[in-house]
Amino acid sequence: MLLNIGPAHPAMHGIVRIITELEGETVVNADVEIGYLHRAFEKSAEQGGYLQVIPYTDRLNYVSPLINNVGYCLAVEKLFDLKTTERAQFIRVIVSELSRVTDHLTCVGATAMEMGAFTAFLYMIKAREWLYQLIEEITGARLTISYCRVGGVKGDLPENFNQRCRDIIRDTRGVLKECDSLLTKNRIFVDRMKDIGVITKEQALSYGITGPFLRSTGCDYDVRRAFPYLAYDRFDFEIPVGTTGDNYDRYLCRMEEAEQSMRIVEQALEMIPGGPVLLDTEGKEVPAEFLIDESKMGRTGGHCGVVAQFDPTLSGNNKEIYGDIQSANKRVVLPAKEDTYGNIEGLMNHFKGIMMGHGIRPPQGEAYLPVEGANGELGFYVVSDGTDKPYRVRVRPPCFVIMAALPTMLHGYTVADIIPTFGSVNMIGGELDR
Amino acid sequence: MPVIDLLKEKFQADVLETHAAHGDETAVVTRAAFSAIAAFVKQDPAFDCNVLIDITAVDGLNLKWKPRFEAVYHFLSTAKNHRIRLKVRVEEKDAVMPTLTGLWPIANWFEREVWDMFGIKFEGHPGLKRILMYEEFVGHPLRKDYPYSKRQPLIGPRN
Amino acid sequence: MELTSPITEGSQGGYLTSRLNDMIGWARKFSIFQYPFVTACCGMEYMSTACSHYDVDRFGAGLPRFSPRQSDVLFVVGTISHKMAPVLKMIYDQMADPKWVVAFGVCTCTGGFYDNYATVQGIDTLIPVDVYIPGCPPRPENVLDGLMKLQEKIQRQKQEV
Repeated sequence: MLLNIGPAHPAMHGIVRIITELEGETVVNADVEIGYLHRAFEKSAEQGGYLQVIPYTDRLNYVSPLINNVGYCLAVEKLFDLKTTERAQFIRVIVSELSRVTDHLTCVGATAMEMGAFTAFLYMIKAREWLYQLIEEITGARLTISYCRVGGVKGDLPENFNQRCRDIIRDTRGVLKECDSLLTKNRIFVDRMKDIGVITKEQALSYGITGPFLRSTGCDYDVRRAFPYLAYDRFDFEIPVGTTGDNYDRYLCRMEEAEQSMRIVEQALEMIPGGPVLLDTEGKEVPAEFLIDESKMGRTGGHCGVVAQFDPTLSGNNKEIYGDIQSANKRVVLPAKEDTYGNIEGLMNHFKGIMMGHGIRPPQGEAYLPVEGANGELGFYVVSDGTDKPYRVRVRPPCFVIMAALPTMLHGYTVADIIPTFGSVNMIGGELDR
Repeated sequence: MPVIDLLKEKFQADVLETHAAHGDETAVVTRAAFSAIAAFVKQDPAFDCNVLIDITAVDGLNLKWKPRFEAVYHFLSTAKNHRIRLKVRVEEKDAVMPTLTGLWPIANWFEREVWDMFGIKFEGHPGLKRILMYEEFVGHPLRKDYPYSKRQPLIGPRN
Repeated sequence: MELTSPITEGSQGGYLTSRLNDMIGWARKFSIFQYPFVTACCGMEYMSTACSHYDVDRFGAGLPRFSPRQSDVLFVVGTISHKMAPVLKMIYDQMADPKWVVAFGVCTCTGGFYDNYATVQGIDTLIPVDVYIPGCPPRPENVLDGLMKLQEKIQRQKQEV
């Protein structure tokens, strides 16, 4: 019998169609049809400048958007052979790891909900809300943040970030502990997840699977250890590795990884250079809008030497700190807002960075850069032809390969096992179909 | 010595050029020897590339490339911890490549995507059909001559 | 089916029917059974709205029915591509009257910034829409505002029994 688990189904992960061939209740064969959310990311990237691709990258893996941002910006920086400042690297690590925690919370919560454990889902979404509020304080938006830029990040961390972050990490740890006590030794959960959806290490590697999926089968490949990028080689964190490669091991790997990510954030908060973020402004403090309005009227007397006062997260609030988070290469980054509004060179640099036909121009060439996404190796392959528009941007999606292996994992199990297996795949439609 | 030079030693004339720009070891090879080179890259102990990371293509129409397409393959070795990239130039009139599904099962889906987006056929592929677009779609969207906003709706707009 | 009786005709005519109308509208607006047609990133904000922080249950809309035949409001959440469009139309046709459609997120309102070969430029080219909630993704407060507008609309309209 052919059963169609159609594109519109209640699993919260996205739209995919699984056509299963059943013999009674057992799945004999399964075919996966994707492409229902194809939004032409790769073609859109060729239409505008390099910086205009960043909002499109947010919407790829939309539960951990900062990791996509970081990956794309690192790939373009590789074309320039550019290394960002220390502080920017640490900020990128902090926000990437926070995104990873939100991804794992969503995945485990949704899997638990689909099996009936609605409480675990509500608790995890509660923790995710705190993280969203924290991310909103840093970047200005909850989900589609467009925070990273080629050469650094958009704005510095807010004032009391250290304390806020530690409080939220402590609360999230509490929630993870609660959900652990609800699920890990729960007889029903274990029966539905253990020895279901088994995949061996060799099969996983032949399908190109990476990330927590591969690590649950026993192979400890992690891009952060194998090809360290940003400042990951300075942190002390463990990589959880499973044994059997079933759903239960994947659940345990994800829970442990969330804990390790929070550990990395705590270490980064201690090691971050640049000291505490205090705003030292010299001279008078004037709100920026006032400066602009007065200048438009021609009343520019006395504006020399006045430092405009901006919102803390707008880039360039204080020139010294701005130098800490963006690279000094004028061809790549936008100048500080004081320079943009203050002197003509800054204004010209700003326009040269933004206008169509003028943006950043990496030298001709190609670069592939893998980062550790929440599902596995997220790679960006950027081909540049020397102009201001990218010639080709390719995303190597981690859950594409896992979905290709899904029929292997479903073979021989019952219909009721499709739901937890599919849940543990953590398929994100935006990443799968791009 | 970069490991890509071993490829040049073994296959000589079939490896057209090698470079390691930005730290990525790359080799441009001929199509005729491609299957043999891919198998070699998998089995040879110096390469030991057990993971096929990605298959994609680049359309060189705007840059006036002759041949027009370039199929790009990325490989990873978890044991030796290195990556290599292989590129093959393909003509527009004769856009066919040998398949890699025998060596790596994931090549099935990657090649379907390249067929869907670029129109490069893979001979020996078990079932080459569209994966991201619907079957009724005409054309290959990621080619440079396909307009960005040209929609082909299945059910037309009602207003 | 109009309610007519000797009492409702005449100068007081319509008073009872309009009170009945209001009452049915009140009952319908506070018991929304939604069908969340979730596709993309807006789904994350939909989850946030439905869960404990920005609770949507206090509006009576907290019970998603995962079958179109049992629900009355179709929340289209996230980008609709041309491959998905026939499925959306089928789901809409399967719902029973009275039904309303909420276009959640700017991709469903106008296509968002995806003006390309694969995206439907607004679902109102396929099905009639009652409330448009813009935003990419809309904040949960935004969604609740849209939900309240839908409730006003349900209350105001002429109820057919």
